[in-house]
Amino acid sequence: MTMNRIDQRFAALKAQSRRALIPYITAGDPAPQYTVGFMHACVEAGADVLELGVPFSDPMADGPVIQKACERALKHGTRLTDVLDMVASFRESDQTTPVVLMGYLNPVERMGYETFVRRAQEAGVDGVLMVDMPPEEATAVAPLFAEHGLQSIFLLAPTTSPARAATICAHGEGYLYYVSLKGVTGAASLDVEAVARQLAPLREMTDLPLCVGFGIRDGETAAAVGQVADGVIVGSALVSRIADNAERPEAIPAALKAVLGDMRDALDR
Amino acid sequence: MTKFSDLTRLPDAQGHFGPYGGRFVSETLSFALEELEKAYMSLRDDADFQAEFDRDLAQYVGRPSPLYHAERWSEKIGGAQIWLKREDLNHTGAHKVNNTIGQALLAKKSGKPRVIAETGAGQHGVATATVAARLGLKCEIYMGAEDVERQKLNVYRMRLLGAEVHPVESGSRTLKDAMNEALRDWVTNVDDTFYIIGTVAGPHPYPAMVRDFTAVIGREAREQSLAQIGRLPDALVACVGGGSNAIGLFYPFLEDEEVAMVGVEAGGDGVETGRHAAPLTANAPSGVLHGNRTYLMSDASGQVSDTHSISAGLDYPGVGPEHALWKDVGRVGYVAANDDAVLEAFRELTRIEGIMPALESAHALAHAKVMAASMRPDQHIVVNLSGRGDKDIHTVAKLDGLEF
Repeated sequence: MTMNRIDQRFAALKAQSRRALIPYITAGDPAPQYTVGFMHACVEAGADVLELGVPFSDPMADGPVIQKACERALKHGTRLTDVLDMVASFRESDQTTPVVLMGYLNPVERMGYETFVRRAQEAGVDGVLMVDMPPEEATAVAPLFAEHGLQSIFLLAPTTSPARAATICAHGEGYLYYVSLKGVTGAASLDVEAVARQLAPLREMTDLPLCVGFGIRDGETAAAVGQVADGVIVGSALVSRIADNAERPEAIPAALKAVLGDMRDALDR
Repeated sequence: MTKFSDLTRLPDAQGHFGPYGGRFVSETLSFALEELEKAYMSLRDDADFQAEFDRDLAQYVGRPSPLYHAERWSEKIGGAQIWLKREDLNHTGAHKVNNTIGQALLAKKSGKPRVIAETGAGQHGVATATVAARLGLKCEIYMGAEDVERQKLNVYRMRLLGAEVHPVESGSRTLKDAMNEALRDWVTNVDDTFYIIGTVAGPHPYPAMVRDFTAVIGREAREQSLAQIGRLPDALVACVGGGSNAIGLFYPFLEDEEVAMVGVEAGGDGVETGRHAAPLTANAPSGVLHGNRTYLMSDASGQVSDTHSISAGLDYPGVGPEHALWKDVGRVGYVAANDDAVLEAFRELTRIEGIMPALESAHALAHAKVMAASMRPDQHIVVNLSGRGDKDIHTVAKLDGLEF
């Protein structure tokens, strides 16, 4: 079996001593026809992995910026099945950039796990990060995901106890998503020193790449976090650019590229 | 076949009730829930904690609440005898306070100076604000903006009690959105904040914990039935939104196989219209929301549906996971009462017994009336009168064309 695209990408980055740049956008925001173009724009600006948000009516872990992105996407009726079609369409011209679906469990529950894993594999999805599915609840479906080449990405938080961290490291695949602060997405800025202190013991537990999200706004924070992490994840800073330009979507790819370009430069400097 | 006695041993160690329940939360909250579970498990069997809880229920809440024989109403219906478990007589006017007393004691023992809660009709918000005032805890309540509008009186009560009330403008602006916002607050302030969930839903250990605090209703009702009726009742009836008052009444009777139990959901305009809040009655598919797997009203793509009910307290698309299991194993029957039947029951009880029920509780009354009519006068139904109706006067008056 071939190596998963996520593993391939991190192996390549490691060989080059580079940090991963991982943008998040909500699929279907501001309308479904733009998403695939945005994904390509992110790659052109230097993205290594794409996190594609599956819109949900009740995004409990998200702040106002991503809540509104979900609302815009849902206003246009963006469904999980549409999101999978977007990935398939993206794959027609990009076979190498890993795509991770991020979201909440209910759309997957409703589609049914068997159908979801089959369709996600067909579409070219590489990993799945369900915010409300910690490893304890994932054990029943993890084998099914693995059979279909879908890596299970899990979150770690500042509140994660050492015992839980060990469990999560043992179950995690692809990379670990370290949530830099207590709060919802788009919250206040992060404390790089605190993040560094919390990542250190995790390095003892796992060889998985440690990527940090929440509070990464610009090149400066990306570079600072890049000093201690294997990758940075940027969501709300991009989604707010989409919101600003929701009425003129043709301007969005350039706006995304501007934010990501700065981060790419800062990370590679 | 599941033996009913097995049902009393749930949830399992992971918080599952069969395929339902669990702990579906983002990682930041996992530790807080583990801590809460540990604290609760150690205090649950702690004699001092239980004594303090029982003393508060007796001296602050006014328990035991009476079991009242609604003779005139029963006679008018002309069937079974209807008995009302008078949770409306509790301090703050509803069953919610049994749970908030328990959780606030836990908050105090856990050293958390701040409590938050979601509320629909405002009864849980008031009950939380009340115990927070008494224990000197800072209190913030999340309430859907639509509910703030239809439950103005309770909003002002909470503010008088010193709580800050945050109207929630996102989504459908009702109970589910209030719960989303409370979870966002908790994830941000998890170090100093205790989240007092108001129903038998949410991530483990909430469904079990809220059930245990609320089960005092059924323990009393069982004893009172034996003393006043001379035997166990033939049936229990309670309304179900999240399902806390129903679980509180039903749980201590689970193994009494001769006692039928019926949970009454909010039928809104009618389950067949799609405008309702009755996931069990409508056989909604299983889904995950607010930390647990349960029957959940959602569209074909998994987006949670808007619900409709005249009562803010039942306006919720899911239901406690233990109810979901009880439906599957057939221990409890679930039906829905429509808004018009509910209003009729509200008016009838008020005029015939001089008791004004909450619109939530009137769902149980509406169905009890139907059941009683098909039963014999020597049969007995205990209905959980879970709250009083003062808070609903505005809603009912509006339907009568009056504005205050």
